[in-house]
Amino acid sequence: MLTDYLWAFLVGGAICAIGQVLIDYTKLTPARILVSYVVIGVILGGLGVYQPLLDFAGAGASIPLTGFGALLAKGVKEAVAEQGLFGVFSGGLTASAAGIAVAIFAALLTALLAKSKDKS
Amino acid sequence: MTAKEYQSAAGKAIPHSKAARNIPTAFVVGGLLCVIGQAIIDLALFYGLEKDVASACGSISLIILSALLTGFNVYDNIAKYAGAGTLVPITGFANSMVSPAMEFKSEGYILGLGAKMFSIAGPVLVYGISASVIYGLILVLMGG
Amino acid sequence: MAVRIGRYTLKLDRPTSIIGYAAAGSRKEAKGPLGKFFDYIDEDSTFGEKTWEKAESTLQKCVINKAIKKAGVTPGDIDVLLAGDLLNQCIGSTYGARQMGIPYVGLYGACSTMAESLLLAALFTDCGLASRCVAATSSHFCSAERQFRFPLEYGGQRTPTAQWTVTGAGACVTALQSGAPYVREVTIGTIEDYGICDINNMGAAMAPAAYATLLHYFNDTGTRPEDFDLILTGDLGMIGTQLLHQLMDEAKLSITANHKDCGLLIYDRLEQDVHAGGSGCGCAASVLCAYILPQLQEGLLKDVLFLATGAMMSPTSVQQGESIPGIAHLLHLSHTDGKEDNIC
Repeated sequence: MLTDYLWAFLVGGAICAIGQVLIDYTKLTPARILVSYVVIGVILGGLGVYQPLLDFAGAGASIPLTGFGALLAKGVKEAVAEQGLFGVFSGGLTASAAGIAVAIFAALLTALLAKSKDKS
Repeated sequence: MTAKEYQSAAGKAIPHSKAARNIPTAFVVGGLLCVIGQAIIDLALFYGLEKDVASACGSISLIILSALLTGFNVYDNIAKYAGAGTLVPITGFANSMVSPAMEFKSEGYILGLGAKMFSIAGPVLVYGISASVIYGLILVLMGG
Repeated sequence: MAVRIGRYTLKLDRPTSIIGYAAAGSRKEAKGPLGKFFDYIDEDSTFGEKTWEKAESTLQKCVINKAIKKAGVTPGDIDVLLAGDLLNQCIGSTYGARQMGIPYVGLYGACSTMAESLLLAALFTDCGLASRCVAATSSHFCSAERQFRFPLEYGGQRTPTAQWTVTGAGACVTALQSGAPYVREVTIGTIEDYGICDINNMGAAMAPAAYATLLHYFNDTGTRPEDFDLILTGDLGMIGTQLLHQLMDEAKLSITANHKDCGLLIYDRLEQDVHAGGSGCGCAASVLCAYILPQLQEGLLKDVLFLATGAMMSPTSVQQGESIPGIAHLLHLSHTDGKEDNIC
């Protein structure tokens, strides 16, 4: 049980540390890093190498944005197996629907209630 | 000094970012966010939810946490130190939607809040979903 | 009337004086080393307004009124208002000038706007086209951030070369009368582009413009850096300053001894977490009006070269991958009107 948390910490931390290396040593902007992480997640998920990492590290692999990419790939794969060509288009968003809907609604609600503040 | 020489002088004048401090901080903060996610997943499993649903619960909880921290004007202060530790986890994706929505509310609810919400998250969805569609097409072609 | 000396420099031959000036800022500027010299500080950077753009307009309006008051005149005595800011279509200035009823010229020179507006005001005055002019500019951290960079609550990390946009404004009233400080010569800048593309390193993009303008001024007037008490640049920050020193050393016109940069004066760079220093129109404007002009008036400084530098890009040009052109306008500000020089 405790080792689950240790691996989640180490794997999740390592994925973030790679992102920090990209920030500090390359000219990549944060938006580009996010896009790259999702696309890499789709590729690794498609190649079948991300699932073992998810089984092993749990949230350490699903919480970083690569996990979102892998989820898109997984959804497409399952939907294609069931529905064929239609699944190509329905699978990704179906699998990630809850997360996207929550993010959109939370953003709307927060924006209605809160206000940006000056930094110091 | 020619433009070329100047560019190389400018490159040399840039101080190094504090990578020795930034990378461990990103590691620890990012790792901790994943641990929180794992705790929520385990809790959901304990209450008998399915594995996929439990995993989604972990992500959703962190999205809500990120929205709260952004709304209370603290997410940016953590991110200043944590860098990729708060960018790469799903919380960073949520912050990238909440912060422009808050910021551009002053330009109206439709083209301000509603449209600008996707200024960073939009590209992530565009390329993520498109990559998954390409993957799906490859699967169909190989299967058929 | 002003006469041209050399290709780039105009010499004002009547005593064109800055008869009133004021600087305004907010909390972070108040906490900086120059905080106590500001005429007006509001700890609340919204300045009581609903949007950051309105806040900037209010700030600029406030500093203009203050400068006019300090000059001992009224808005009705001002013949021309020359103002600008960083916002799209210069709304900071136009919205601030809405109720003033003063003939208005809107300017865009990015962070060089204080020098641009002041040199035009001095020329208008010297040539007798206006008996009193106001030159003003402002910048606001929050309005600049949301236009050029990210939303305020966005969780990003600044690069070590990034500069902090000053929430501040400055205004000067010029008139033909005796009383320091005087504007003696002005040099209009040329656009210089050495191919720097990094939007987070504006100092490096602007240093070549400062170098070119200084070279033009020294060539046109036959002076050297050591003839001045202070050479003051606008917002080159730490990296731009270092690069300007390199360029000047190479031209055998070292300014290391008497050069200062407003971006490095306004904040305590390490204590206040501003990375490479301050920036924005309000940086050069507020430092000039709060800290330099009083010293020139009292004679603690005799001759100062003030050159504000601007990075003339837009979010569109940056996204299209264009490099960042810079500009620097220069003014020779003096405690004396220069007439005794002619007698000698």
